[in-house]
Amino acid sequence: MTASSSAQPPTRLSLGDLRGSPARRRRELSVRLLFLAAATVSILVSFLIIVSLAGEAWNFISQIDLPLLIERGWFPRRDLYSIHTIVAGTLTVAGIGMLVAIPLGLGAAIYLSEYASPRMRRTVKPILEVLAGIPSVVLGYFALQVISPTIVDPICPGSTQGFNMAAAGIGVGILITPLIASVAEDAMYAVPRSLREASYGLGARKRTTSLKIVFPAAISGIVAALILGLSRGIGETMVVSIAAGATGGSLFSVNPCEPGQTMTAAMTALATGSDQVRGATLAFPSLFFVGLLLFAFTLALNLIADRFVRSMRIRY
Amino acid sequence: MASTPRTQALTGAEAVRRTLEGGRVDWASRAFEASLVALLVLTLGVLAWLLTVVFVNGMPVLADRGFDFLTSPLNSQAGAAGVSQAIVGSLSLMLFVALISFPLGIGAAVYLEEYARDSWFTRLINTVVRNLAGVPSIVYGLLGLAVFVVALADFTGGRSLVSGGLTMAILVLPIVIITSAEALRAVPDAIREAAFGVGATRWEVVRSHVLPYAAPGIFTGTILSMARAFGETAPLILVGAVIGGFNVQYNGVVETLQGRYTALPTTVFDWARKPASFSGNVYAAILVLIVVLLLVNALAIYLRNRFERRW
Repeated sequence: MTASSSAQPPTRLSLGDLRGSPARRRRELSVRLLFLAAATVSILVSFLIIVSLAGEAWNFISQIDLPLLIERGWFPRRDLYSIHTIVAGTLTVAGIGMLVAIPLGLGAAIYLSEYASPRMRRTVKPILEVLAGIPSVVLGYFALQVISPTIVDPICPGSTQGFNMAAAGIGVGILITPLIASVAEDAMYAVPRSLREASYGLGARKRTTSLKIVFPAAISGIVAALILGLSRGIGETMVVSIAAGATGGSLFSVNPCEPGQTMTAAMTALATGSDQVRGATLAFPSLFFVGLLLFAFTLALNLIADRFVRSMRIRY
Repeated sequence: MASTPRTQALTGAEAVRRTLEGGRVDWASRAFEASLVALLVLTLGVLAWLLTVVFVNGMPVLADRGFDFLTSPLNSQAGAAGVSQAIVGSLSLMLFVALISFPLGIGAAVYLEEYARDSWFTRLINTVVRNLAGVPSIVYGLLGLAVFVVALADFTGGRSLVSGGLTMAILVLPIVIITSAEALRAVPDAIREAAFGVGATRWEVVRSHVLPYAAPGIFTGTILSMARAFGETAPLILVGAVIGGFNVQYNGVVETLQGRYTALPTTVFDWARKPASFSGNVYAAILVLIVVLLLVNALAIYLRNRFERRW
C-alpha cells in the first residue's frame, strides 16, 4: 500500500496499490517463464523421439518390398528383414518372463500386503528394491552363465552353447518381479481396512478375505502391475542381448529352447556392428523402424496401464 | 470349556478360535500361506544366489589384482584389462546427468506443482512425462543416435562423451520430474498459505518455504535416478560407447568431450561376449558395479530416513 499518502485516509485501494514494486513483479514473471520452459522440454523430447524415429523408419518402409517383411528370417547382413521373426522372439521371451514374474510377484505382493507383520514388510521391501536395482547386464550374464546350464539345460534337449530364449525369459522374469510385486502390493495395501474388517466380521478366514475380497477390490491396480511388467519385459534389452543368442540373425522360432532374436536385441546387434550399420544397406533405417515399433508397443501398453491405475484411484 | 490341562494352557483367543473352527485343521489355508511364503523366499533366494555367484567368482580377481584391476585400461588380454576408463567414463556421464537433468527436472516439477493451473496443457505435460518414464531405455539410445550423433555431429563430435552424456540426461529427466513432483506434493499446503499470508510472491514462497522442506525428498529422488542411470547400458551402446578397447590421450576439455569413451555397464556387456578367459573379469566388474550401486542406494535410504519430516 505504498501508493497512498499517510496524511489522509485512502479513498479506495486499487489492485495496483497492492502489487508491489515493478522489479519484484518482473522477477516473478521471469522465474515463472523459466520454469515453464523447463516443463516444456519434456514435450520437446517426446516430439523429438517420434520425429527422429519416424523419419528413418519411413526411409526403411518405403524402400523395402513389403512381402519381405514376413519372409524367412531376420538376417540384416543378407538383407532379410522379417519383422515377425523378431516380434515372435520378443513375445516368447516376454511371455516366459511373465510366467516367472506373475507367481513370484503376486505371491510376494499378497503375502506382504495381507499376511506379513509390519516389521517383515519393513525388512523385505528394501530387499525387493535392491533386486529392482540390479542392472540388466548383470542379470543377462547371470542368465547365460548360471540359469542356462542349471535350469534350462536339464529341461531342454541339447541347447546351443547355452544361448536360448528360455534363459533370457527367466532372466527377464527375475527383472520384472520387483516391479509387479511393488505395484500390486501398493494396490492391495490401498484397499480400505473397512472392507477387510467387514469380511472378518462375517466370519471369513484370512485366505477367503485375501482372495475373494481384497484381490478383486485391487484388481485394476493388479492388472496395471501386470501390464507395466509386460511393457518392461518387452523393452528389456541387455538380458536378451547377452543370453538369447542369435547375434547373426535367426529364423522364425517360438521354441524357447532355441536361441532367438528379439526386437531389442536386434537393435543392439545392428548398432554394435554385429550386423552392419551405415552403408548402402537398409540396416541403419531398419534399426529405427524396429525402434518405432517397440516404442508404439510399449506406449500402447503404458497408456492402457495408466487407465487402470486411474480407475483404481477413483474408486477410493 | 473342559478344564483339561490342554485347554487350560490355551489363551482365551486361541480357545475361541479352536471352537469356531470346529477342531479341524484348515489345511488349504495353511498350504496357501506356505506357498506364498515359498514364492517370497524363492524371489529373495534368487537375489541371494545371484549375489553369491558374483561374489564367489569376482572376489578372487579383485583379491588377486586388486588396485591394478581398478586402474588399468581396457585390454585384449584378460589379465591386463581393467576398468579404469570405464569408471572414469561412467562418472563423467553422471556429471552430465547431474548438471543437465537435475535443474531441468526440478524446474519442470516446480512448474507443474506450484505454478501450473489445471489446463489441457498441464495435463498434457503430466501425461507426456509419465509416458516418457515408461519408454524402454533403448529408444532413448535411438533418440541420441539420431539427434546427437548424426544430426548434431559438428557440435558433439559424433560418438562422443557429450552425446552419451546428453542422452543419459534425457533418459533420466522424466524420473527426476516425477520424484521431485512427489516430494513437492508432500509439503503441506499450510506452509505455503502461511507464506502467502504474509505477502510473499509465489517464487518467494517456493524458494524460502517449499523447496527447503521438499529438499530431502528431491535429493533422494535425484540420487536414486543417478543410480539407475549408472547401470544403464542399452542407450550407451547405441550412442557409441566404445566396445573393444581404446587408448587415446585427449588434450583439454573440448577434445575429451568430443572424444570416445566407455562406461562400466558397457564394459561388462563387452567382456560378457568374450571367451571364457574374461569370465573372472566380468564378475569382478559386476562386483564393482553392484558395490557402487548398493552404496549409492544405501546413501539415499539413509539420507531419506535421516531428513524425513513427519508432519
